Amino acid sequence: MSTVRQWFAGGTPWIWLQAAAVSLSLLLVIGLLGLIAARGLAHFWPGPVEEWVVINDRGEQQVVFGQLHRTESVDAQRLREAGVQIDTDISMVQRYLLKIGNRDLTGQDFIWVLDQQVVERTRPANVLVVEREQWGMFYGRLTGLREDGSLVSLGMEPWTLLQERLDRVNRLRDRIDELEGQEINSVNYRLEKLDLRAKSLEGKPGAKRALEKLASEREVLEAEFNAAAGELEVLFRQIGRDSMLMRTADGQETEIPMEVVLDAWRPNQMGLTRAIGHYGHKLWSFLSEPPREANTEGGVLPALFGTVLMVVLMSIFVTPLGVVAAVYLSEYASQGWFTRFMRISVNNLAGVPSIVYGVFGLGFFIYFVGGGIDKLFFSEALPTPTFGTGGLFWASLTLALLTLPVVIVSTEEGLSRIPRAIREGSLALGATRWETLWRTILPMASPGIMTGVILAVARAAGEVAPLMLVGVVKLAPALPLDGDFPFLHLDRKFMHLGFHIYDVGFQSPNVEAARPLVYATALLLVAITLLLNLTAISIRNRLREQYRDLEAQ
Amino acid sequence: MSEAYSRDPASDLSRQELLDEVTAVDDRDAANTEPVTGSAALSPREGHLRVRNLSLWYGDNQALREVDLAIARNRVTSFIGPSGCGKTTLLRCFNRLTDLVPDVRMQGDVELEGKSIMGPEVDVSQLRRDVGMVFQKPNPFPKSIYENVAYGLRVQGIHKRRQLDETVEWALKAAALWDEVKDRLDHSGLSLSGGQQQRLVIARAIAVQPQIILLDEPCSSLDPISTLKVEELIQQLREQYTIIVVTHNMQQAARVSDYTAFMYMGEVIEVGDTDELFTNPQKKATEDYITGRYG
Repeated sequence: MSTVRQWFAGGTPWIWLQAAAVSLSLLLVIGLLGLIAARGLAHFWPGPVEEWVVINDRGEQQVVFGQLHRTESVDAQRLREAGVQIDTDISMVQRYLLKIGNRDLTGQDFIWVLDQQVVERTRPANVLVVEREQWGMFYGRLTGLREDGSLVSLGMEPWTLLQERLDRVNRLRDRIDELEGQEINSVNYRLEKLDLRAKSLEGKPGAKRALEKLASEREVLEAEFNAAAGELEVLFRQIGRDSMLMRTADGQETEIPMEVVLDAWRPNQMGLTRAIGHYGHKLWSFLSEPPREANTEGGVLPALFGTVLMVVLMSIFVTPLGVVAAVYLSEYASQGWFTRFMRISVNNLAGVPSIVYGVFGLGFFIYFVGGGIDKLFFSEALPTPTFGTGGLFWASLTLALLTLPVVIVSTEEGLSRIPRAIREGSLALGATRWETLWRTILPMASPGIMTGVILAVARAAGEVAPLMLVGVVKLAPALPLDGDFPFLHLDRKFMHLGFHIYDVGFQSPNVEAARPLVYATALLLVAITLLLNLTAISIRNRLREQYRDLEAQ
Repeated sequence: MSEAYSRDPASDLSRQELLDEVTAVDDRDAANTEPVTGSAALSPREGHLRVRNLSLWYGDNQALREVDLAIARNRVTSFIGPSGCGKTTLLRCFNRLTDLVPDVRMQGDVELEGKSIMGPEVDVSQLRRDVGMVFQKPNPFPKSIYENVAYGLRVQGIHKRRQLDETVEWALKAAALWDEVKDRLDHSGLSLSGGQQQRLVIARAIAVQPQIILLDEPCSSLDPISTLKVEELIQQLREQYTIIVVTHNMQQAARVSDYTAFMYMGEVIEVGDTDELFTNPQKKATEDYITGRYG
């Protein structure tokens, strides 16, 4: 008895409890990250493609090329009730989800196969996986290549020839993307600006000269546009030259124009090094390319870019605002009931649900402020709104408002830690309060300020709900940063990783195919948040190092 | 020196709260602490700083009671007295650091070179450059040694490298710190020892070329050797500056100062030549304090 009591009195059980709590939290974090990483990163690995001979529901033998996507155990009783013939002594049945691709031919990317339906599984070496711009993956055997409609061989294996042709197509496609995405976009943007300027000058007396000048500028731009369009036409003809002939597992012949082929590989013949190279390439594509096919394929570059840019802008907005507010509250305001009330309000703001900020941003920033800006400065574009609609600027500002309380609170904490002796020392040298603040107090409070920014970044990077109201879209036509003046287009709508996850995961027409991308995007969002945080933390630590002896005083 | 100096009775009192002390003023024994006013309180030499009937309240607590005092030019004057007697408050009136305290109310006047420094029209920044201050604990800024000394100049808008270099060197030499730090001016001021830090903040105060230097218990957080160095420095500085030292340590007052003022409960009880005051105090309260029979 007494030993048990001693055990309790000594605090040992509490230590165990604490240890258990810590381990549980750690386990959850590692588990979460592990799950996301495993599911997300495995997607890019060139897994083997097998030839499956199965008996389908109608009792016919069917041959497909497929990648094993998932295996699960199903209760046999349930299947019997669904009308599947299963021996009575079996209670659980293995079921496979195969990714068979070829959506243009079969109408579906995935099929379910019961273990008892499988007749044979083999790994033929020459199966080719083709990644296309449309219709998803294609699995099949390469039988030949066509150039301008006639077969070519040039004495080479079709596979060798294919790689050469693929390089050509990719080079052409890069040039087309460059033309479409940069040059033509840029010309269009400038034309639009010109038209708006012309519109704003119209009807004004004495604007004739200016209008003529605009017209001549317009001609130059149109010539530029026509040149680009001409080159584009030639490129489209060149890229449409080749096509590849494929035979599916069940012997169906089909022709795939090379212009839609992004990549092709033979996963069953890849060595480890090739596979790793392929993996790295696919991972890089994921990070560096825009999405395709309603976001279910391709990369996440615009979302990644939008997220980082928005967080950076948010930090730029929130830091001065929060610091100024905190300095006023703790240095200048007289410490009465009003200051106390302000502090309570600020702290409570931190607890307001983020969607409320979104509503506020929409109502105040976009409709009221943005509408006002449009009337004053962009009236020529109306009724098309410029700032009177969601965009990068309003989204950053809304999030800045959302994270303002944490910056104020940590800055105030930083300010209150500075010893009175330092302030008095500065004042006694003839510095005014402002000079003291600027030269001594603020630099010394900078680690506290950075702590606030870290917390703000951590919160802002993961926020989705308010952004849906103030400027995040499913697909943004252009990045908010480009080569056209003023380079940073704060009025543009943008994509965001958090919203991208929601969109791909729940709004996608092809959920099963998009699922790995959801995990990969989630992992990327976590990584980006971590990276932004680490940057802020390293800045803070540098500042702390600079003022490290302060804490000892 | 008499036997009485060997003890520092103030250290026994140092823990007493300032406010306790101030509220206790009303209960004081009037016979013991009759204030010395008028010409008797004046130092024999010309008054550099002149305090006229200065009273000060923190809220309802009176911290200074009709202090009347003259501080001699180019001499060291020390304020002694038990904790909470108002000596630091008096010192802070001289550079108007008392402005920082909310709820402070003053009556009377302080004159520097015959001109009042209390009015709202006074340029406080200029006043604080004329009346430098060194605090109880060394408080260098978390900047380099160089920047610490140059701080007051930069605040004045002086950014010429040569002028800064010259002033920093001169101030550090004047504070007897140059030889110790000349090779590491870019190191943090906080990397110095306590005594060096205190001399650094003295250099910082000197760099803006004040007329008067206020030292608020400058050695209370220093070891004996550092204390000795700072005291030697005070002796040197007195050639150039009028110096006022607040100290708990009566031996120190006796060692460094030409004149000593004994304060008790917000009043200046006795002012005089240091030797005179310590060997032949005129008031009983003074005698009680310096002989350790305070209370």
